[in-house]
Amino acid sequence: MAEFLMPSLGADMEAGTLVEWLKQPGDRVKRGDVVAVVETQKGAIEVDIFEDGIIERWLVEPGTTVPVGTPLALIGSGEPAAAIPASIPRVPVSASASEVPPAPGPQPWVPLPIEPKPRSHRPRASPAARRWAAERGIALDALTGSGPRGAIVLDDVERAVASLAPLPTAAKRLDFGEMRRAIAAAMSRSKREIPHYYLSTTVDLTRALAWLETVNATRPPAQRLLLAALLLRAVAGALGKAPEFNGYYTAEGFQPTAGIHIGAAIAIRGGGLIAPAIHDVNRLSLDEVMARLRDLVARARSGALRSSELSDPTITVTNLGERGVEAVFGIIYPPQVALVGFGAPVERPWAASGQVALRRVLTATLAADHRASDGHRGALFLADIDRRLQNPEAL
Amino acid sequence: MTDAVREITYRDAVREAIREALLADPRVFLMGEDVGRYGGCYAVTKGLLDEFGPERIRDTPLSESAFVGAGIGAALGGMRPIVEIMTVNFSLLALDQIVNNAATIRHMSGGQFSVPLVIRMATGAGRQLAAQHSHSLEGWYAHIPGLKVVTPATLDDARFMLTAALADPNPVLIFEHVMLYNRSGVLPPDTRPVDIHSAIVRRPGKDVTVVTYGGTLFKTLDAAAELAKDGIEAEVIDLRVLRPLDAETVLASVTKTRRAVIVDEGWRSGSLSAEISARIMEGAFWELDAPVGRVCSAEVPIPYPHHLEEAALPQAAAIVAAAKATMSG
Repeated sequence: MAEFLMPSLGADMEAGTLVEWLKQPGDRVKRGDVVAVVETQKGAIEVDIFEDGIIERWLVEPGTTVPVGTPLALIGSGEPAAAIPASIPRVPVSASASEVPPAPGPQPWVPLPIEPKPRSHRPRASPAARRWAAERGIALDALTGSGPRGAIVLDDVERAVASLAPLPTAAKRLDFGEMRRAIAAAMSRSKREIPHYYLSTTVDLTRALAWLETVNATRPPAQRLLLAALLLRAVAGALGKAPEFNGYYTAEGFQPTAGIHIGAAIAIRGGGLIAPAIHDVNRLSLDEVMARLRDLVARARSGALRSSELSDPTITVTNLGERGVEAVFGIIYPPQVALVGFGAPVERPWAASGQVALRRVLTATLAADHRASDGHRGALFLADIDRRLQNPEAL
Repeated sequence: MTDAVREITYRDAVREAIREALLADPRVFLMGEDVGRYGGCYAVTKGLLDEFGPERIRDTPLSESAFVGAGIGAALGGMRPIVEIMTVNFSLLALDQIVNNAATIRHMSGGQFSVPLVIRMATGAGRQLAAQHSHSLEGWYAHIPGLKVVTPATLDDARFMLTAALADPNPVLIFEHVMLYNRSGVLPPDTRPVDIHSAIVRRPGKDVTVVTYGGTLFKTLDAAAELAKDGIEAEVIDLRVLRPLDAETVLASVTKTRRAVIVDEGWRSGSLSAEISARIMEGAFWELDAPVGRVCSAEVPIPYPHHLEEAALPQAAAIVAAAKATMSG
């Protein structure tokens, strides 16, 4: 028997509100399945699970705010449950638990035990009803079907949507005020605690842009590569040789991490910023990075990110080129130790092979934590990014 | 042809279409069993022999393979033959000519030869002609690339589809349901071209799509009127063309109504109705609110006794029940 806990979805998250269960007791889940939606300062986040098993029961009722680390559900091994311990809830240990409403009282909230349901219970619902319900965050279990053999049909879902109009999950995915406060807290902590140092270099992009043009010439617009994908791959490649920029600074000092999960800073329409992870960028092809980036941008803007994407970045890359600035000196997102910034590609007179020519260049910057690395290593790291961008076909 | 709006039968409409084609193009001629002196076994070609003579209205021996083959040869030689086969059951004797020759020559000659042949045949049951004259095998022909298969159900289509079929450089099969010949209605005197590639909505509705063609169209429209009394608005689609199938019109309707019933006088197993159902699954699965329903003929050789024949065929009551089953209960 394992516990599914309220995850930490960022260095500054202390508590979260369970909005919705996406799995039912009795459902089989496997690692990576999205099981719940949790409201945080960054908006509603889909939370995935890290182990395989069967949801035995829920311990927290939707709508409840609990500290990080609080058990939300019990996950069984899949064997017929022997006997579920009578008292499951434990008092969560959290320094600031007093600031948030406590976990639900001594009696854990469980769905009404009407009858033992078969393991694979699914409500009978039409494909159209399932699709609409999924898009609008409506749980099919709660609906009564009016279709053939009692099936839930689209009209039933529409009636439910109409009656639940101000549902928090569907209506409000992003709270800009909360997001502003979260950014304020993280950035203040960063500038308070992290001794930043900054480096800058100018990269000749002529070869990279020419290569992109050639590759994209034969592709339909939806398949085209953007410069951003090349930049992410270049950073990932350079990080392989510069582990002191990839990881977390904690009470025990700097901990490098094996996986290279790059947080891609994405501006949210209406204000705010989020930097969800593209996992294992060093192991992805350029096309895969591009596909992940497209997916991530779309989901970040609709507020449909996964917990692992928010908690996993090991470094952040910010690309303000689209906004027309030439250089960006970033603030590190704690507990990360580095941030790589890229400005806009611009045309400049450039000395190459003893002559002055017009070249398209880009300013790459590094903001790094001096507790984890020194300027010498940072310079090598930036130079390596530059070198990789001169050889785009190898990215 | 008169100049006024007049009431004519489906049989008259087919005859007028043939007559018009014979008048318009000297390459057009008609041949088949009993089309001349007898006037056609369904009296479609009555009077044409007197008007056009035995060169252009040719009675043939009782050999479907021979006269369909002759039609293919004439088409290859530059003529525009209209071949009549008495019923689709008999067309099986000419299956080799239709499937192996007519349908393939354009492809096998790399486009050098085309077969502008039109074959008309009667199909369907309801006249107590028993199992060897009553089947609906048009769905089989709709399986064959290289053929076009059309099923005029209305007076308009009976009157004007032949022009489009003769204009097509490829073999076109026209299926005339035997229960339609005596249907009468009003047809305006003007000529209106119709296409032979699209389905059409014969009755708009929002609750359930009923897809049909040919002889079952009017049973389906009757069923739709019945459903309307219970407040269910059925959208009736007449496929008109079985190959190439106009799936787009069907999918657009199903996307709107979220429910579909297919009515086909052919048998259910391995049938055209199965193909349409599969197209709906491929193209509109996520739009559906109910399993696709089908009303087809009972899986028996069509019986001779009237009451058993009626029991074996799709009827309005069964269509009403199938439509309601997609709604609730």
